[in-house]
Amino acid sequence: MSARTRRSTEGTVWRDDMAESWIDTRPGVSRQEYGREELGRQEFGRDEFGRPGLTRTEWRGRQQDHATGLANALGWFSLGLGVAQVVAPDSVARLIGVESDDRTRNIMRGIGAREIASGVGILTNTRPTNWVRARVAGDAMDLALLTRALRTSSTDRQRTSASLAAVLAIGVLDAYCAQRLMPEGRAGMVQRGEIRERGAREREGVSGIEVRESITVAREPSEVYEFWHNFENLPRFMRHLENVERTGPGRSHWTAKGPAGVRAEWDAELTEDRPNECIAWRSIDGSMVENEGVVEFRRAPGNRGTEVHVRMRYAPPGGRISAAVAKLLHREPGQQIEQDLRAFKQVMETGEVSVSDATVTPGPHPAQPPSRDELRERAR
Amino acid sequence: MKANCWMGKQTVEVVDVPEPKILNPRDAIVRVTSAAICGSDLHLYNGFVPTMERGDVLGHEFMGEVVEVGRDVNNLKPGDRVVVPFPISCGNCLQCQAGNYSICENSNPNAWMAEKVWGQSPAGVYGYSHLLGGFAGGQAEFVRVPYADFGPLKVDDGLSDEQVLFLSDIFPTGYMGAEMCNIKPGDTIAVWGAGPVGQFAIASAKLLGAERIIAIDRFEYRLKKARTQAGATDTINYEETSVLDELKELTGGRGPDACIDAVGLEAHSHSPMYAYDRVKQALKIETDRPLALREAILACKNGGIVSVIGVYAGFIDRFPMGSVMNRSLTIRTGQCHVQRYMKPLLDRIRNGEIDPSFVITHHLALEDAPLGYDMFMKKEHFCEKVVLKVH
Repeated sequence: MSARTRRSTEGTVWRDDMAESWIDTRPGVSRQEYGREELGRQEFGRDEFGRPGLTRTEWRGRQQDHATGLANALGWFSLGLGVAQVVAPDSVARLIGVESDDRTRNIMRGIGAREIASGVGILTNTRPTNWVRARVAGDAMDLALLTRALRTSSTDRQRTSASLAAVLAIGVLDAYCAQRLMPEGRAGMVQRGEIRERGAREREGVSGIEVRESITVAREPSEVYEFWHNFENLPRFMRHLENVERTGPGRSHWTAKGPAGVRAEWDAELTEDRPNECIAWRSIDGSMVENEGVVEFRRAPGNRGTEVHVRMRYAPPGGRISAAVAKLLHREPGQQIEQDLRAFKQVMETGEVSVSDATVTPGPHPAQPPSRDELRERAR
Repeated sequence: MKANCWMGKQTVEVVDVPEPKILNPRDAIVRVTSAAICGSDLHLYNGFVPTMERGDVLGHEFMGEVVEVGRDVNNLKPGDRVVVPFPISCGNCLQCQAGNYSICENSNPNAWMAEKVWGQSPAGVYGYSHLLGGFAGGQAEFVRVPYADFGPLKVDDGLSDEQVLFLSDIFPTGYMGAEMCNIKPGDTIAVWGAGPVGQFAIASAKLLGAERIIAIDRFEYRLKKARTQAGATDTINYEETSVLDELKELTGGRGPDACIDAVGLEAHSHSPMYAYDRVKQALKIETDRPLALREAILACKNGGIVSVIGVYAGFIDRFPMGSVMNRSLTIRTGQCHVQRYMKPLLDRIRNGEIDPSFVITHHLALEDAPLGYDMFMKKEHFCEKVVLKVH
């Protein structure tokens, strides 16, 4: 499933759990976010276990663009230059074509200190907008100084001119960077966004094997619901249920035959019961086999009966490995549920469960009538 | 009781097995008077159908007398003479209500097995592997008949077993094959396979008004029966001539209006394709040999119908889909919905329009069933149809 994108100044970020990718619609936006404030959260499409299918989060915050990288570069530059100016003022003076005397050296060291401060300020702040602005001011100051030096104290006019040009260029860069970092500026504006997260989240509760089966019964939804709702009747034709007993309002005790002849018992409570629509249950905590599920009854399209949709989760004792083994032995609950749903349909439509000479007794048997002894041994 | 059981590839034995019992309220127990060996039984015999178990009772064409009924069967009583249709159908599900009895949704207790192979399960069938339910078949003294209140046809004593037995399978099957062709006056129908089902397809095509019916086979005695007894107007022996050329000639270049494949998965020919298919079968890359089907498709006139009543089980290779698509062909197929046709065809038999017993060439006792299979398989002694007299 592909994530949808929407191009807008608001910027919608879609995250699709299945595709596992982030798609950001604003060009040039880096992945760095900070100061995000959640404005609201909506959850849609809850499934039967209460997990949202879609979460929509509105947020506001600042998104850094590539200006951050530039600012950092400028910060390092400042630092480097500043250190050079403080430590070796004569060399720098020579570099920019200015005579190196005491006054010049002091000015140089002063500027150096300013540069170091700038550099440190930029590099240690996540939002160095003001520091970059300070750099611009510093550049203006440098420009003024160099212009005057060009007119008076310059010993090498070429170098001074070159330095002037360089400072001009850097000044432009600083100004540009300051502009991009400005909190109320165009690119650094407060962003509003939306994050949509698809897919279910982990839910505390029953994890484990999920089973999903459905069958269509040529009866009205009300008939099907009524029949199913009489839980005590289910073992009559659901071969893998041994007994069901009502133990209180919305509570029942279930006994089932698991793989390898093991008997499983649990108490269940109704979590939802909408007549002619659905029945949901979950096993009470501490049950031998934790399970929860829902049966939905829907009118089939074209009025061709009732669709019965069963979805359940169960935690097999022994974990996933035993579920795999049980599948091999054709006693895995998914297959059991399928068989039981078929039996349910057969009873509702024909009044009996379909059986043959080979299948009337458990275990392998050729397609010939079973003997009286075999029939006596027949389960139930 | 005695029953004819599958014991392995090309091995059937008549052994002693327990008698059937009422297991469900809608059951009946029938004492078999006559049973037949079907061409599709040969697929089981030759090991082409999976999920057979040693000891499976065979036979899906049978009739007899009701001896016991379950408490919910109100339309039959002990003593009634019935012909039992081979698909087991509940009569209540959506498909049964629509008249598609061989795809009943409820009757196969091993539906999960069939679903794995075919996507969904068809109806259960007597004596036809565990894939189709594991029901004991009718080549036995007694049979358990499920859903007996829906399906078995009561027949009066005016007609002999031989005249009505084939209402259980092959007559309705041939008839459905011809009916699927949408025969209009003046139509030419070509039928691949002059076995019993092919013979009934030819006879039915005639009943339905086809002007020319061409039978295709390699055994002269079968082609002769098709010509003299079933009503074919022309015959082609594929060992002597090219079928496609001959058909073109017979139909003035256009091809037959409809083609019936009454051969199925064990097709045979002399062409290199036969060797190809056999090798692939041996290597288990292909399970069925669709030689007749390929030919039927290629021969069919543009916009015509290919009616497939021959049994297939698995997968085929080199299917001429291009011919089907580009020439607007229609393929119609299915296991026969026997219950649909039993009464109307019984009426035709009563009216004297057709005597189905013309296909019978051999009568054997149940104990001689293995001999019958062998003879039917090898087409020895001019064998066309073997009927087993049981009681």
